[in-house]
Amino acid sequence: MEKDRREFLKIGGISVLGLSALPVFQALAQEKGPRYKPDPKALKGAQWAMIVDMKKCWEQQDKRQCRDCILACHKIHNVPDIPDQKREIKWIWLEEYKHAFPDQAHEYAPEKVKENPFMLLCNHCSNPPCVRVCPTKATFKRKPDGIVMMDFHRCIGCRYCMAGCPYGARSFNWGDPRPYLKPEDINMTYPTRRKGVVEKCTFCYERIDEGLQPACVEACKVKALIFGDITNPNSEVRKILSGHYSLRRKIELGTGPNVYYLI
Amino acid sequence: MYDAKKIVPGILIFVVLFTFPLWSNMGKAAPAPKPELPKTEKVCVMDTAYMKTEHMVLLNQWRDLVVRDANRLWVGPDGKEHFMSLQNSCMKCHSSKVKFCDQCHNYAGVKPYCWQCHIEPKENM
Ligand code: SF4
Ligand code: SF4
Repeated sequence: MEKDRREFLKIGGISVLGLSALPVFQALAQEKGPRYKPDPKALKGAQWAMIVDMKKCWEQQDKRQCRDCILACHKIHNVPDIPDQKREIKWIWLEEYKHAFPDQAHEYAPEKVKENPFMLLCNHCSNPPCVRVCPTKATFKRKPDGIVMMDFHRCIGCRYCMAGCPYGARSFNWGDPRPYLKPEDINMTYPTRRKGVVEKCTFCYERIDEGLQPACVEACKVKALIFGDITNPNSEVRKILSGHYSLRRKIELGTGPNVYYLI
Repeated sequence: MYDAKKIVPGILIFVVLFTFPLWSNMGKAAPAPKPELPKTEKVCVMDTAYMKTEHMVLLNQWRDLVVRDANRLWVGPDGKEHFMSLQNSCMKCHSSKVKFCDQCHNYAGVKPYCWQCHIEPKENM
């Protein structure tokens, strides 16, 4: 008797489960193949990295005050030009040696290194502290290619990531950024941000996913910026790194930055 | 009843004022929204009935597919591939936010915040 009731309940339970799963099966059966897919042209890599060849960059800065990469990046991504330093937004910017490399800077370094600014951007760290502290996963490390992404839709503006990032790579929108964009310069194919979200370099995921190089890399006329997959021994970045001594910022913090500097 | 002279007119005035929106709009139903459909395309990324009621769900799905999972292409019911992008796909066909989106959104009194970041097409009217 006891056993019978158990059997009955088991069978009943399984049937109910099966019935409730029916719509799912029907939906799956109707699918004629995937409804969505990546662009076949998308660039593929396991961890994107960038080399900044400061020697080449400084030559251009001396010659013509070159800011091509900054201008290209900020124009394409509708990054506003806010004069107030406390509210400025930057994705790629210039910084003095002693601030960029505070752990290794010393007063006897070559004049050239001490006096010329370095080109800085988000390091798309291998072990990004910003991602660990984000409570909403608005910033996350993209699994297939290691880009440290920003999902602006999810950002709640808590600024934990800004406190977590040891490189100052993140900016906060204290107000609506739109008044600081020149209407004629706005890129109509890319969104702006709104008040209360954090932003930073995204390694141009929107371009990589369509098979294009990052905007700053494309804009640099002397190839001072080189982009590629650091895990691929045949990539250009790996070839350059194996032939030149390079620096990374604040490696002792264990964030595993993926932007390399040649000087 | 004490003070009936004051209370009765008071109640009357209150009822009249309280029902003011009702009778002042009587017989003047707001016209049904008429979103303008694109002339160039016949088929959307899903069928019309679905788009009418579920486009916001689809947009959220697209958002996650693109931003979080690096997908870019959407296969429509007719097998045609579409680039998943509000600014660069939806608004290419529906090229006027005023004549399309705003029509129903204003009627229904909803204010989607898409446009705080996504840039709406320039209205050349
Ligand atoms: S540089 Fe800063 S923002 Fe970029 S991944 Fe590293 S910790 Fe995050
Ligand atoms: S990779 Fe793209 S987003 Fe990052 S600094 Fe270069 S242009 Fe700007």
